[in-house]
Amino acid sequence: MKITSIALVRGLIFQVIGTIFGMLLTMLLRLVMGLPAWKAEPALVVGAIFGVATFMYGTKVLDDWLKWVNGEETPEVEVEYQGPGGWRRLASLSFDHKVIGVQYGITSLIVFLLAGLFAMVFRTELATPGIQFLVPDVFNTLISLHGIVMIGSMLLGVAAMSNYLVPLMIGTNDMAFPRLNAFAFWLNVPAVILLVSVIFLGGMDAGWTGYPPLSANLGKIGFAMFFTAVYFIGLSSILGALNIITTTIRLRTKGMNYFRMPIFVWTALATALISLTATQLIGLSFQLVLFERLFGMGFFNPNLGGNVILFQHLFWFYSHPAVYVFILTGLGVISEILPVFSRKPLFGYKWVALSSLGIALVGFFVWAHHMFTSGMESYLRVPFMYSTLLVAVPTGIKFFSWMGTIWGGKLTFKTPMLFVLGAISIFLLGGLSGPPNGTVATDLFLHDTYWIVGHFHATMFGGFVFPFFAAIYYWFPKITGRMYNEKLGKLQFWLILPAFYVQSLGQMQVGLLGMRRRIADYDPTLGITLQQTLITIAGFVIGLSVIVFAINMIVSVRKGEIAVANPWRSRSLEFQLASPIPDHNYEEPPEVIGQPYDYGKQDAEYVDMHPSSQPAAAD
Amino acid sequence: MKHFIAAALLVIVLTALGLFALERVDLLPVQASLQAVPIDDLFSLQFKIIAFLFALIVGIMIYSIIFFRRKKGDDSDAAHIEGSTRLEVFWTLVPLATVLYISYVGAQALGAVQREDPFPLQVDVIGSQWSWRFEYPEYDIISTELMLPVDKQALLRLSSTDVIHSFWIPEFRVKQDALPSGEEFVRELTITPTELGNYRVRCAELCGTLHYDMRAPVVVMTQADFDSWIEEQTAFEVTDPVQSGQILVEQFGCTACHSVDGTPGVGPTWQGLFGSQEELSDGTSVLVDAEYLYESIREPGAKITNGFQNIMPPEIGAGLSDEQVDDIIAYIESLQ
Repeated sequence: MKITSIALVRGLIFQVIGTIFGMLLTMLLRLVMGLPAWKAEPALVVGAIFGVATFMYGTKVLDDWLKWVNGEETPEVEVEYQGPGGWRRLASLSFDHKVIGVQYGITSLIVFLLAGLFAMVFRTELATPGIQFLVPDVFNTLISLHGIVMIGSMLLGVAAMSNYLVPLMIGTNDMAFPRLNAFAFWLNVPAVILLVSVIFLGGMDAGWTGYPPLSANLGKIGFAMFFTAVYFIGLSSILGALNIITTTIRLRTKGMNYFRMPIFVWTALATALISLTATQLIGLSFQLVLFERLFGMGFFNPNLGGNVILFQHLFWFYSHPAVYVFILTGLGVISEILPVFSRKPLFGYKWVALSSLGIALVGFFVWAHHMFTSGMESYLRVPFMYSTLLVAVPTGIKFFSWMGTIWGGKLTFKTPMLFVLGAISIFLLGGLSGPPNGTVATDLFLHDTYWIVGHFHATMFGGFVFPFFAAIYYWFPKITGRMYNEKLGKLQFWLILPAFYVQSLGQMQVGLLGMRRRIADYDPTLGITLQQTLITIAGFVIGLSVIVFAINMIVSVRKGEIAVANPWRSRSLEFQLASPIPDHNYEEPPEVIGQPYDYGKQDAEYVDMHPSSQPAAAD
Repeated sequence: MKHFIAAALLVIVLTALGLFALERVDLLPVQASLQAVPIDDLFSLQFKIIAFLFALIVGIMIYSIIFFRRKKGDDSDAAHIEGSTRLEVFWTLVPLATVLYISYVGAQALGAVQREDPFPLQVDVIGSQWSWRFEYPEYDIISTELMLPVDKQALLRLSSTDVIHSFWIPEFRVKQDALPSGEEFVRELTITPTELGNYRVRCAELCGTLHYDMRAPVVVMTQADFDSWIEEQTAFEVTDPVQSGQILVEQFGCTACHSVDGTPGVGPTWQGLFGSQEELSDGTSVLVDAEYLYESIREPGAKITNGFQNIMPPEIGAGLSDEQVDDIIAYIESLQ
């Protein structure tokens, strides 16, 4: 197998060529317009856009579509795979939802490590007061990238889990649009490259939120790459969401009513509804700033007829619901795993299922709570305070239902269960630290302090990172056919849990004592030096725990104990298949005949894997 | 039933521990304004609710982990309990009532924070990358320190000459963004200091390279001290252009980026600048004279010194008269 036949390699080569072509084209156009040929920003942006397009062409993901344009017929998507396995398969073009899920997952983890590395660097700087080794411009770039790259990582992680699990859980063999699925995944690769290129192109210093007029500052070309990259990641998110929604509505197997779907499918659906309808707003807002930079259009510049606050409304209309994209998926994982290790039904299945839609719905009406001090119309503040606190109601239903699930259960504490329990406690901390920011009066103090940093790290770790780890451990045998190492899994948990509490509580405390967000240096007279040092140490322990995780994964993939089909005695469909799951998930469409979480009920079957071989029911 | 009582006891103990810990830990800076009072009261209420709810869920969880673990060798499932509609309705309605109550109390507190006095002291607060300027229109005073009389409400009118900044003094609690682009975007903030002392205003909205360092001193003084400060400032008249220029560059925040002693900064240093040949970013070079400096202050983007970024906001010197610009040039000329 030649190296150039691998989609990733071809894509990268094409991206380089396309970027150069786009830059030359810009120079040519500028010459035709009578301008000096070279201007860095327009050349780089056009180059970047061409680079992404040619990357996609290079991967051959467009081939079938291009044939259709020419009226050529193409065979059905081929899932059976004969080529070499391992990383070569993962770097190649595949239309199999399981492979795409794993591709998303591995990309997510690589990007997660990168963003974590950024955090390590600036946390080292913040361990003691004074500027040690990071000049402020680099510091600002690193915190901005830490934020946006982590968000990219979480979006990829969400896509990984929903791509892998949704078709399996609803009993079908692939997504509704396999080619679109592959397209949506591959779009992320060049986009992440653009995002990282920000470092080498002068950086950016407005945080991941990129508020203009600061982000319209022409001195820093990094902003242009940031806006372009996020635009493509957003496009991927929209296409992925479309696919999940269609798949869930159209491809459920016989008997799979909505109220027989596993909770994870419910949360994936709620998540996809948000992504499909809100992502446009961040795309739009970033596109407008990019046009402001490239063409001098003053959408957010009052001197040119714009409005500086308008950006924040557009931005948060997506970026608040986006938070629920991450956490709803994570909460879905919690609801999925908890009953298995409690050997008890999920308490109040319908309430938990519908609460996800409730959170998604209310999530659309709360965005302006990020703007209480922004100088928006003052009368908007109180209604947004009410809507914001309402989110606590459906979220509360989930917490109480989880407690109802474990209460009186027969709990075992394998690594996935530990991560799920840890997730609940950390998400609780994150959730409960929310109302002080949601009430206007206290937010006037808390806004843009480290309290906020502590709050959202707790919601993201509890709502996404811990559940993501739990999910990887839990479905590892289905993905690889091998077991992870239980000792290393538990070691990771016992490193990350206490470290995270130290970090998050420390951040909240220094925020209350007066430390602002996003500052390269802090005032030692605030009396927060000890806490800062502890936060940094805790951050490094979290880093260490992730290394333990990585070692566990890499070793277990090759040398782990061979996994049985259903190591957790789960009722879910995917655990009724062999480990690893065969290329064509189900030999024949299974039939759902019961409830997903009926643990402890005698003879309560959930699914009939071979409905055709059953004798017809007697009259 | 015995499980419920034991778990309830655990929740009570954990709540008590949580409340005790909250008492013992430093949580907020000194309370130094009238507006801080309703905010701190709301904090205290919320922290208590948080302590209870955290203890409630974590208590149940810890209890379950200890008492509902699987016995060795027991492979059977637990009791089949699908849920309880009555409980679900209960834990929907009780949180709903709680959040409505907190929102109501929150709105009351906001009302108290926003209460305006009839005759406040007006101060125009202007943020620039990366300095603050305070103008007292009633007295025609410009200052780089915010002087406030105690127990008198100050009406701060916030604006910015470049990007979004945010005005925050932790001891006073309240915060408001300062927006660029003119009168329409001026935002107000009322503060009534209640404690004499020295504080610092800090920019709370990331505003570029030196954001972390965008601070200015705040002094809360007695009315008598404030009156004599006003008198001192208004009586103070400068005739020497160099001295006048020196005061202006501090007031307008020029020295945030341009050092006067050769220290490298975000902008070119002024030491030895006048009369030198500067290399520009387009490869040409230019003699630094009064004309060049005038252009660079009025139209900062016109010529960019090689190695520096075009980030000086054009509006930064909009408040300067031509005479004042001349004073600044005279001051730069004096820095040899």
